[in-house]
Amino acid sequence: MSEHMPELTIDRLARVMRECAGEDEAAAFDGDIAHVPLAELGYDSLAVMETAVRLQNEYGVHLTDDEIFGVESLAELLALARRQIPAAS
Amino acid sequence: MSAVAVTGMGVVAPNGLGTEAYWKATLAAVSGIGRITRFDPERYPATLAGEVDLDPTDRLPGRLIPQTDHSTRLSLLAAEEAIRDAGIDAGELPDDQVGVVTASSAGGFEFGHRELDKLWRKGPEYVSAYQSFAWFYAVNTGQISIRHGLRGPSGVLVADQAGGLDAIAQARRLVRRGVSAVLTGAVDGSLCPWGWIAQSSGGRLSGAADPALAYRPFDAEADGYVPGEGGAILVLEEADGARARGAERVRGYVLGHAATFDRRPDSAAPDTGRGLRRAVELALDDSGLRPDDIDVVFADAAGTPALDRAEAAALTAVFGDRPVPVSVPKTMTGRMCAGAGPLDVVTALLAIESGQIPPAVHTSPAAHYGLNLVVGRPLTLAARTALIVARGFHGFNSAMVVGAAD
Amino acid sequence: MHRDVVISGIGVVSPGGIGVKPFWDLLVSGRTATRTITRFDASPFRSTVAAECDFDAAAEGLDPEDVSRLDRATQFALVAARQALKDSGLAPEELDPCRTGVTIGSAVGCTTSLEREYVAVSHAGRDWLVDPDRAVPHLYDYYVPSSMAAEVAWASGAEGPVQVVSTGCTSGLDSVGHAVRLIEEGVSDVMIAGATDAPISPITLACFDAIRATTPRNDEPTTASRPFDRTRNGFVLGEGCAVFVLEEREHARARDAHVYAAVGGFASRCNAYHMTGLRPDGKEMAAAIAAALDEAGVAPDAVDYVNAHGSGTKQNDRHETAAFKRALGDHARRTPVSSIKSMIGHSLGAIGSLEIAACALAMENGAIPPTANLHDPDPECDLDYVPLVAREAALDTVLTVGSGFGGFQSAMVLTRPGRVGR
Repeated sequence: MSEHMPELTIDRLARVMRECAGEDEAAAFDGDIAHVPLAELGYDSLAVMETAVRLQNEYGVHLTDDEIFGVESLAELLALARRQIPAAS
Repeated sequence: MSAVAVTGMGVVAPNGLGTEAYWKATLAAVSGIGRITRFDPERYPATLAGEVDLDPTDRLPGRLIPQTDHSTRLSLLAAEEAIRDAGIDAGELPDDQVGVVTASSAGGFEFGHRELDKLWRKGPEYVSAYQSFAWFYAVNTGQISIRHGLRGPSGVLVADQAGGLDAIAQARRLVRRGVSAVLTGAVDGSLCPWGWIAQSSGGRLSGAADPALAYRPFDAEADGYVPGEGGAILVLEEADGARARGAERVRGYVLGHAATFDRRPDSAAPDTGRGLRRAVELALDDSGLRPDDIDVVFADAAGTPALDRAEAAALTAVFGDRPVPVSVPKTMTGRMCAGAGPLDVVTALLAIESGQIPPAVHTSPAAHYGLNLVVGRPLTLAARTALIVARGFHGFNSAMVVGAAD
Repeated sequence: MHRDVVISGIGVVSPGGIGVKPFWDLLVSGRTATRTITRFDASPFRSTVAAECDFDAAAEGLDPEDVSRLDRATQFALVAARQALKDSGLAPEELDPCRTGVTIGSAVGCTTSLEREYVAVSHAGRDWLVDPDRAVPHLYDYYVPSSMAAEVAWASGAEGPVQVVSTGCTSGLDSVGHAVRLIEEGVSDVMIAGATDAPISPITLACFDAIRATTPRNDEPTTASRPFDRTRNGFVLGEGCAVFVLEEREHARARDAHVYAAVGGFASRCNAYHMTGLRPDGKEMAAAIAAALDEAGVAPDAVDYVNAHGSGTKQNDRHETAAFKRALGDHARRTPVSSIKSMIGHSLGAIGSLEIAACALAMENGAIPPTANLHDPDPECDLDYVPLVAREAALDTVLTVGSGFGGFQSAMVLTRPGRVGR
């Protein structure tokens, strides 16, 4: 886990996900996307799994299988991750 | 049995992206071979390759970029062009009746190199979720099928450089068994340091630094080959079916194919081209044609004296004294492993269509091979049929016969 | 005239035993061959269990030079091919080289050797610009896995079509299916066909860890593979190989060969859905099953046994159960279905051929191998999965299926040799 990672916010998480899983032209991120279903953003379980790899390495966050397969929005993913990042607000 | 037609073609090659650009460059004898830019090749025994450099970000959906190797992106572009060319994109065929059969040689090797680097440099937890499929041999068929919603019988063959023709033959088999259309061919390439030393390992690459002095098949000075990346994807359909759906044009027909395998190499009994000759003869039998019916040959052109000798022996044994023109457009692209055969098939059909046989570059054919190599500039010839030859390391031989559209 | 294809020889390298007899003994006993990985220290990985082969290349008669040069999966293939040829009773002089071909399925080729060599040339991961001076001269053989089929062809004297079929985890079915077509259309009379994989290496473990596909049940290695059970949570990686001698039926009959089964039908489809995901409705697998049954000329209710893909991931088990119901209708509930992956793990491309071997042996021996470790079925998996104990049954028509990354779905129907064909 890196010592100098920026705080995990919804914007930061959205950026990580975009880097991990690409961006669908059809659903470019703008506006309030925190609660938009991931499927509508063009992201499937694989996208979440790749994001989970990054979250683990950069923030020390470990998501369980059920969390990975069950998460439905960025807001949910952020909440799951923050539970394991004591420093995050 | 109804004929199997080629109704669409897509090309990615070092000397041209897209069929039209490739064909224009090929007739103009423009080579795409140069010093490797993808990584610093200084420390390696070979430094030249045929690269296809493009920024995929504005050509492919963003979701596909992180999960694909460069060669898979190129294959997706070729498939897209082939589908557009055939005019079958609008879901006019039942999706469970359109298949995808590609050939691979080393899969998404550069992607695999990056993940091996992460694993061994940093640890297992850094390995990408996409590594579970992005490097493997089946990836191009899978990604093409998903992107275009094609659910028919599909497959992936590996037979080194011979595999691309074998894939087209398998697609033809499926069409003959009733599948409406099959996307087939191969797009290949592993231009990363790890792939480079793997390709260099047998000592078959040319060490020349000057493109004009490297990869000179059938030349007395031949000293090896130059790898290239790219290839072609074709759409195959049963001819009556293509007509029935109102296909705009048939680009040509796949008339025959055969694959054979050589005995274990033996220093006491050098390769005489015996297995290759049998492949050519069986492919001719399959097409119902005789050697005299073949107007032009697209050679494998390994670029090392022993292999060039074997191929020349096979061709002269089949064609006798007749100086059938032999074309080696891959002197402009490098050898693309699985991608080479399909690109030669496309090139052969374009040559037949236009009456122009593309030349080989950089090579001065040695007389003792007894081949009528087309060099320097295109040969004008009203060809109706072509034989395409592809050979893979370890003894794979594949031969295909194609014919004119009408 | 239709050329029918029969299986006249079988060779097996499997977790739990080398050779057909130990393989079949393991399957009918319901014992498992899964264990904590011994091939290297797997402790840094999420999943540390696998089904490994106890394979002694020298004891199997491989030349020491071949052992040092050939990938483990290629060694498996040479041993299994030799067994299959011996089992078939075909003498070398009975094989016409030009009418004999080879197809070898493999999902990941020589990946274990590639990784070993990568570690050497990169100085254990330090250098991106890998060191050419540390590359072995035969690195190309690992780089392009058609070398695997080439070695088998050289060893068996085949000079007809020789190819590797690599469709991920359906490779083992598709390789045999492809060989069947080559015989049917008259290109070959004999095909040495099968599949091999030896993927138990750090890079393979790491990538399956990343997608949570393999089970983390590391504290119970011998019961870790639990297809269709409520508690299953991923597959157990395996390794192995099965190779067959396939013959045109009259070719086998002319030499009075023992025949295990006929290949009645084969079909494959793509789901065009997802590189690793499966659509829950099982539609494309059902389509493949229907097409294979149709080719074999048998009705869905004639199927006596289904050898499932049964990998033990939640999505697979449900996908597959749906596919069987869709393809077989009410008969699905009356048909025994089992997964030998519960015992020998999931050897990626190889497993499809090992499963064909299990089906042929089931027909031969009149017994259905069980699904081991199935104590508490997932309520969504409500078929007869033959839990724990093998079952005696006269089998005339057997279906085996596979499902692979890339969306591949394949199905093969084996029939009694006497009743094949249309």
